[in-house]
Amino acid sequence: MATYQEFIQQNEDRDGVRCSWNLWPSSRLEATRLVVPVSCLYTPLKERPDLPPVQYEPVLCSRANCKAVLNPLCQVDFRAKIWACNFCFQRNSFPPSYAGISEVNQPAELMPQFSTIEYIVQRGPPTPLIFLYVVDTCLEEEDLQALKESLQMSLSLLPPNALVGLITFGRMIQVHELSCEGIAKSFVFRGTKELTPKQIQEMLGLMKPATSGQQGKPLAPHDTAASCRFLQPVEAVDMNLTDLLGELQRDPWPVPQGKRPLRSTGIALSIAIGLLEGTFPNTGARVMLFTGGPPTQGPGMVVGDELKTPIRSWHDIQKDNARHLKKATKYYEALANRAAVNGHSVDIYACALDQTGLLEIKCLSNLTGGHIVMGDSFNTSLFKQTFQRVFSKDYNGEFRMAFGGTLEVKTSRELKVSGAIGPCVSLNTKGPCVSDNEMGVGGTCQWKICSLTPATTLALYFEVVNQHNAPVPQGGRGAIQFVTQYQHSNTQRRIRVTTIARNWADAQSQIQHIESSFDQEASAVLMARLGVFKAESEEGPDVLRWLDRQLIRLFMFHLRRSPFLQVFNNSPDESSYYRHHFVRQDLTQSLIMIQPILYSYSFYGPPEPVLLDSSSILPDRILLMDTFFQLVIYHGETIAQWRKAGYQEMAEYENFKQLLQAPLDDAQEILQTRFPMPRYIDTEHGGSQARFLLSKVNPSQTHNNLYAWGQESGAPILTDDVSLQVFMDHLKKLAVSSSA
Amino acid sequence: MNVNQQPHMASPYGQPQPGYQGYPQPGYGGGHVPSGYPAQYAPYNGPGSAYQQGPPQGMRGPPTSGAPPVSGAQSYSQFGQGETQNGPPPMGAPPQRPPVSQTYTPGAVNLSGPQPPFSQQFGAPPVSMQQMTNQMASMQVGSTAPSPAGPGYAPPSVSQAAMSAPYTPAAPPSFPPTSAAPSQPPPTEAVARPPPQSYYGAPPPAQQPFPNAVPPFSSTGPTQPQAPPPVSPQSFPQAPPVSQPPFSTAQVPPGPTQSYGGPLPPTQPSFSRPLLPTSQPSTFPAGPPPTSTPSQLPGVMQPQPPVSQPSPYHSGPHPTSTGFPPQVGAPPRPPFAGMQGPPMAPQGPPLASQGPPMVQANHVPPTQPGMPPGPISASMSGPPPQPGMQGYPPQQNGAFGQVRGPQPGYTGPYPGQPNYGAPPAAPAPAPPATKRLDPDSVPSPIQVIEDDKANKGSEPFTTGVRGQAPPLVTTKFQVKDQGNASPRYIRCTAYNMPCNSDMAKQSQVPLAAVIKPLAPLPPDETPPYLVDHGESGPIRCNRCKAYMCPYMQFIEGGRRFQCGFCSCVTEVPPHYFQHLDHTGKRVDCYDRPELSMGSYEFMATVDYCKNNKIPQPPAFIFLIDVSYNAVKNGMVGIVCQELKTLLDYLPRENPDVESNIRVGFVTYNKVLHFYNVKASLAQPQMMVVSDVADMFVPLLDGFLVNVSESRVVIESLLDQIPEMFADTRETETVFGPVIQAGLEALKAADCAGKLFVFHSSLPIAEAPGKLKNREDKKLVGTDKEKSLFQPQVSFYNTLAKECVVQGCCVDLFLFPNQYVDVATLGVVPTSTGGSIYKYTYFQASSDQERFLNDLRRDVQKPMGFDAVMRVRTSTGIRATDFFGSFYMSNTTDVELAGLDCDKTVTVEFRHDDKLSEETGALMQCAVLYTSCSGQRRLRIHNMAVNCCSQLADLYRNCETDTVINFFAKYAYRSVLSSPIKNVRDSLVNQCAQILACYRKNCASPSSAGQLILPECMKLLPVYLNCVLKSDVLQPGADISLDDRAYLRQLVSTMDVSESHVFFYPRLLPLQKLDVESISLPVAVRDSEERLSRGGVYLLENGLNIFLWVGVNAQQELLQNIFGTPAFGQIDPNMTSLPALDNPFSKRLREIIESVRAQRSRYMKLMVVKQEDKLELIFKHFLVEDKSNNGGASYVDFLCHMHKEIRQLLS
Repeated sequence: MATYQEFIQQNEDRDGVRCSWNLWPSSRLEATRLVVPVSCLYTPLKERPDLPPVQYEPVLCSRANCKAVLNPLCQVDFRAKIWACNFCFQRNSFPPSYAGISEVNQPAELMPQFSTIEYIVQRGPPTPLIFLYVVDTCLEEEDLQALKESLQMSLSLLPPNALVGLITFGRMIQVHELSCEGIAKSFVFRGTKELTPKQIQEMLGLMKPATSGQQGKPLAPHDTAASCRFLQPVEAVDMNLTDLLGELQRDPWPVPQGKRPLRSTGIALSIAIGLLEGTFPNTGARVMLFTGGPPTQGPGMVVGDELKTPIRSWHDIQKDNARHLKKATKYYEALANRAAVNGHSVDIYACALDQTGLLEIKCLSNLTGGHIVMGDSFNTSLFKQTFQRVFSKDYNGEFRMAFGGTLEVKTSRELKVSGAIGPCVSLNTKGPCVSDNEMGVGGTCQWKICSLTPATTLALYFEVVNQHNAPVPQGGRGAIQFVTQYQHSNTQRRIRVTTIARNWADAQSQIQHIESSFDQEASAVLMARLGVFKAESEEGPDVLRWLDRQLIRLFMFHLRRSPFLQVFNNSPDESSYYRHHFVRQDLTQSLIMIQPILYSYSFYGPPEPVLLDSSSILPDRILLMDTFFQLVIYHGETIAQWRKAGYQEMAEYENFKQLLQAPLDDAQEILQTRFPMPRYIDTEHGGSQARFLLSKVNPSQTHNNLYAWGQESGAPILTDDVSLQVFMDHLKKLAVSSSA
Repeated sequence: MNVNQQPHMASPYGQPQPGYQGYPQPGYGGGHVPSGYPAQYAPYNGPGSAYQQGPPQGMRGPPTSGAPPVSGAQSYSQFGQGETQNGPPPMGAPPQRPPVSQTYTPGAVNLSGPQPPFSQQFGAPPVSMQQMTNQMASMQVGSTAPSPAGPGYAPPSVSQAAMSAPYTPAAPPSFPPTSAAPSQPPPTEAVARPPPQSYYGAPPPAQQPFPNAVPPFSSTGPTQPQAPPPVSPQSFPQAPPVSQPPFSTAQVPPGPTQSYGGPLPPTQPSFSRPLLPTSQPSTFPAGPPPTSTPSQLPGVMQPQPPVSQPSPYHSGPHPTSTGFPPQVGAPPRPPFAGMQGPPMAPQGPPLASQGPPMVQANHVPPTQPGMPPGPISASMSGPPPQPGMQGYPPQQNGAFGQVRGPQPGYTGPYPGQPNYGAPPAAPAPAPPATKRLDPDSVPSPIQVIEDDKANKGSEPFTTGVRGQAPPLVTTKFQVKDQGNASPRYIRCTAYNMPCNSDMAKQSQVPLAAVIKPLAPLPPDETPPYLVDHGESGPIRCNRCKAYMCPYMQFIEGGRRFQCGFCSCVTEVPPHYFQHLDHTGKRVDCYDRPELSMGSYEFMATVDYCKNNKIPQPPAFIFLIDVSYNAVKNGMVGIVCQELKTLLDYLPRENPDVESNIRVGFVTYNKVLHFYNVKASLAQPQMMVVSDVADMFVPLLDGFLVNVSESRVVIESLLDQIPEMFADTRETETVFGPVIQAGLEALKAADCAGKLFVFHSSLPIAEAPGKLKNREDKKLVGTDKEKSLFQPQVSFYNTLAKECVVQGCCVDLFLFPNQYVDVATLGVVPTSTGGSIYKYTYFQASSDQERFLNDLRRDVQKPMGFDAVMRVRTSTGIRATDFFGSFYMSNTTDVELAGLDCDKTVTVEFRHDDKLSEETGALMQCAVLYTSCSGQRRLRIHNMAVNCCSQLADLYRNCETDTVINFFAKYAYRSVLSSPIKNVRDSLVNQCAQILACYRKNCASPSSAGQLILPECMKLLPVYLNCVLKSDVLQPGADISLDDRAYLRQLVSTMDVSESHVFFYPRLLPLQKLDVESISLPVAVRDSEERLSRGGVYLLENGLNIFLWVGVNAQQELLQNIFGTPAFGQIDPNMTSLPALDNPFSKRLREIIESVRAQRSRYMKLMVVKQEDKLELIFKHFLVEDKSNNGGASYVDFLCHMHKEIRQLLS
């Protein structure tokens, strides 16, 4: 038998699943003692180039509250053409089309290697993808110009039949009509007045006049025509829209000195969502918000327009001094839920030097699976490339995005699902496998994920409900089936079904087995997600205490220091941003986020990963740190001097040139694949930007510590934070002194 | 009443005539004839014709310029006869008369007709009328009968010829009915004429002088008098002869002729005839005329011919004989005198002159003898009456005093006058009233107008003399600003204000000024000079803040000045110091407009600007309804098409520079569409705002643009708007948000401006200011009727207030197919100095021209923005009430978001203290506004009027047209708060009080049954009646509530000339049109009786033009006008006349154009065929007739008035 390591890897490659435990304790009691719950990270749309979708409908268990999909774990009676559901044990007969099956002629879904299988199904007419740009015009001229160019460029990246719409906002909100010839037409709303979806639709002329009296007449033609005014196929309005974007002007309303521009982000979003709601409910759509600053008026405003009032900081929030926070958050949450209900996702591209209110707005993306991209300016490659990458295509030339997904989880009787953490919302589907004990978004066995990418990963938490006195028969397996229905970017409806099974183990007798099946990485991420989830909803210190209490035995030093839990030195927006990405990225990326990777380049050998420790910072090294959000290339003191002296230009120092080049190349490689684009920082010893590195490394040497940990003495860090060594010492002490 | 009056009327007339004859003949005859008969004639003719008619009717005769000169003449003659007869009967005068009449007759007839009765009572008008008639007659006659006359007349006749000729022909036929006696008349005429001429021959000399004098006179005092004088002289001379002849011809017409004939030759016979003829004659005979004439004549006579007439009636009762004589004598003379008085003009000091005449008049009774006894005697009653007349005259004179001022000279020449005076008095006898008043016997507006034209139209009106009444609005005249504002800017109801409130209360004469601050001036008058007092701003009184003006008295060598308004002494700032000359005037007085002119402008400094910021140039925003109705009726297309060119003609101060005004465009139905037309755009951008509940402006930059910069984009937009909405199905509209949108746009741009809203339907879409259809005709006539004039929601009042604060003026163009609730929609326009235009059932084909012309004018007309008007007055009076289209947030400042050149504000004054005769009453109207180039300016109009401690002075110097303007506005506003019946009653009551007060305090004693009107108010009853029977105050079943609300609001901003023609439409007989002449034919009175079935008439009231075609119109005429000889083939739907290549057609179209050019709104032409359905509408404008919705006829109303007055007196 392969090692667990290999098993885990195999499973992840095949199913996109990483479990915290790969043997499951067979009773509730034992499971509880394990601290780390039975849980898994699931990447529903994990790219499987080797997995061709099948072009038929899945076969479902006929039990009404089960409806599990036929899978390799099912027992099949080929003669009787009957299969037994492995979740509810219902015996089902195959549909007529399966009449020809036999041991040697099995449908794909019965083959073990197809524990993950994708069906293409026919559900109604295909609906094109919808992209609705919501563009802030309160930008600096340069920024706006860059943004306009990016947007114009993006038109060429969209599928030709995709519907595209444009809303611009500043002090007012303009919904541009794209179908008109000649005069450019737009509907304008003021940014201060909250409108109900119905009002919005009325004002946009999307409602059928109630008095028309043509009762029986189907509404469809009218609706389509009406909606088409604002959402048009890219191929039809490409020119129009390019011109329109080209003519976009900065918000013309004067901004008096000492004021922020009035920016009606809240209403703009509500109109965007209202528009889609009225025209394309339950259809995959992306609302893409491009904003260059915080909402400053109307509902959803984050900060007033007085510049003398700074935008809220964590300090303000902790002191309950952020007047708009709660209201705005509530407002955006309501919007997010509306969008989620209709399967529309919201992306946020926020580029500004100051905060833009991500803290409040983030839920829109978090709940709908949208992206959040934070940058300093639209005129940076960070934004431009990230945005471009939104429209990147996979090996099949299809967009790496899917819409309107629902994830359903089915479990064996011994398991119940407690919840999920990720870019999803609950669909509130009660079922036999729903646990009362909620972790993350719980109380349901179905979640809506409005937008998915191949990287989108959810953490799912389970509860073992098997009672201690009712042991699982030896060799029994617990199974979990994930059924993900979604709209593929080519507008097909697809269903991906992943069925996994793990053995039950008796904790008392098989504790070693269970221990060895522990997936440290997955657990770290899973617990970190829980921590982040709690951090979102609870006070910071409480979360840390919880974490310490729960995970005292786990390796969580870096997590404690990470921006996901620590808000020190981060703005609320940044925290939101980091957390947003943390709860959706796959395991590898998540790990990078928790514990950044540090590579060291020197003349002494090939690049090597080194400890994320201040001792690693040496004068003759070049360091490359990847924190997921940042890529830092740090030139040690000596290297920097050399570089300054221009040795790399000299032929005889070709090797130095190569040394300098090596981290750049590696960084480039990372940049190629990363979404969103990380902040790329090239700095050196003593450079101001070196802080990015210094803040991450373990402060083994500080200005006042006594440890001479690394004899070569790296760079001392000016911090009061405890170093890993101290942390470990402390941890050991605690571990010994207390059993819980 | 009627009867009495009538009788009176009649008698007076009759008497007057005789008297006149006598008088005129002697004096006049000679003078007139010899003098420029022709010339004078011509003008007279007009009046004359009217006159004659007037006479016939009796008292009213004068007013009744009655179209048919002939008839007029006849009537006159009748009067003459009648009177005579009357006179005779009682007095025994008759006998005298006959003889006299014979002799005089000729003269008398002419004279009397015109002058005596009329002049006295009616004032000049009658005279003129008669003269006219006479002339007319002469024309005809000339040819036929009296050879003598012929020659003399010939010339004049020629001029008139055209007119008269056609007329006569026409007349005869029509008249025939009446003219039972025709045959007789003719003879009479013939007979009479000769004599008259001869008589005239004699008189002329005297008259001549008068005539000359007259002109000036006319200006001052009773226009009529003047007119008459000149005319009379001429006419007289002619008249006598002519009249007779004409009569004969005229005779044909009705009784008048007969009577005439009777009177003239065989007075008595005529008499009998008159009786025969009809009531008219009888009336006359009644003698009232005489009486009235006398009384009136004397005093009023010349000055206030009309008034006098009434009185004559009363007088009638008096000794007929006397009455007669007086009338004759007095009336004629007075007029003459007056006329002559006018001539006084030369005399300058009218008063003085008057005095004399007056005196004489008064004395006259005795004087009569002095007077050409001949005439008097002829009149028979003459002498006695004359005395009376004279007696009256004083009164009148008193009243006229000023007017007459010129007369002083008169006195001299007058000798005869005394006689006149006398004659009038006599008339009294007339009592035996017949049933009905002869319409021709009542004061004729036409006569008054024509007289004024003749008397005052020729010389420039200089404003230097305080308390001088300007010519009537119907008179063309030039103004020279010599220290008081031109009457084009300010007209007052009274130019002699009572010194104290007791007098004011007693007289009930409203003290008001009708101010049109930005009135356009004819090209030959200089616009107000612009004065810049530098950075410290205009120099003002320290206390009352009045602006520097000619009334400031510099003292202490010029170091200080004393305010003429509050007497406060203020230091002269060093930079403004100037030495005084020996008279105490500043040396630079004539270099500075503010020290020597009545009107001028100051440059305002930043202190006079809102928020102390120099204003931005104003903006025009066009808001176009694009709902189904608006698109379908073609409005949208037309507006867009027109705007493309119209935008090049935005108002500008310097024609060489582009206008600074920026423009913006909005279309709307249930939602609003704003357009970005920034110059840098390739295509306009449309921005839809559907959130009408909370209106805002979606864009800043690019909404308001400079036309020349954005021309391409704007044109592209205007091209596309009609296309974009061509297929619209949206029928609902909003309205409140539309105005809000414009307002917000102006707010955002921080400027003032004007909104042009083109709207089609009742705003029923869900939005602020949503309205419901509340049209409920059942409420008409109930106490709730007033609610129909009130806005149905208060939203618009609030909105209007906001608009005013921002300086947002709203002009509303309505294109309704059904009820749109003008009363509510109009709230904002009428509170912001805007206008409402209404095109009901708009159809591009027929209404396009009218709409476009209105639009063009509205866009181009000069205007000021964000204006505040303040009227300051001398201590003693105070501006207490304001009428017009504006908003007031306090009691003194009239706030006008926009003030264009057509907007008029009527201001009422009340006493709060005493005024002194010495200083008079001063008023200064200051309007602070932003010019179309964005300059902040102050326009100052100064006006000084006299003060009087005698009621007679007050009554001598009033302007009836202005009074009516005030009454109309007052009443139209009252309907908002009171039941209409109450409003009507209070109008009648106040009017009665005015007249009763005059009767009681100013008129010479006479029988209670006599109606005596002040000369300058003799048209008050007829005009008042027009107001009372206007659609607002007395609606017919066919008039919609919207129309009433529309008219109500329209009238509130009318100036005097507009209100005048609105209430008393101008009716021009076209069959008399002289294609060679540049002058218009003389109008005829607004009565169906005056229409000849063979004629074609043009009627205009400032809003509509009707071309009425009689069924018997000559084929040639029809051919010339319509290009078809057949009456039946005339298309009643045509809105413009075919351009035919014949002089008549050309001239007619010219006339129509020129008439249109005079009005602020383009008048659509409607062709009305006699006996066609449309005629009902047309008849509605014949305001002297009984209207089919219950409005009284002029005659009936006059009787009613008389009754009221008598009640007040008793």
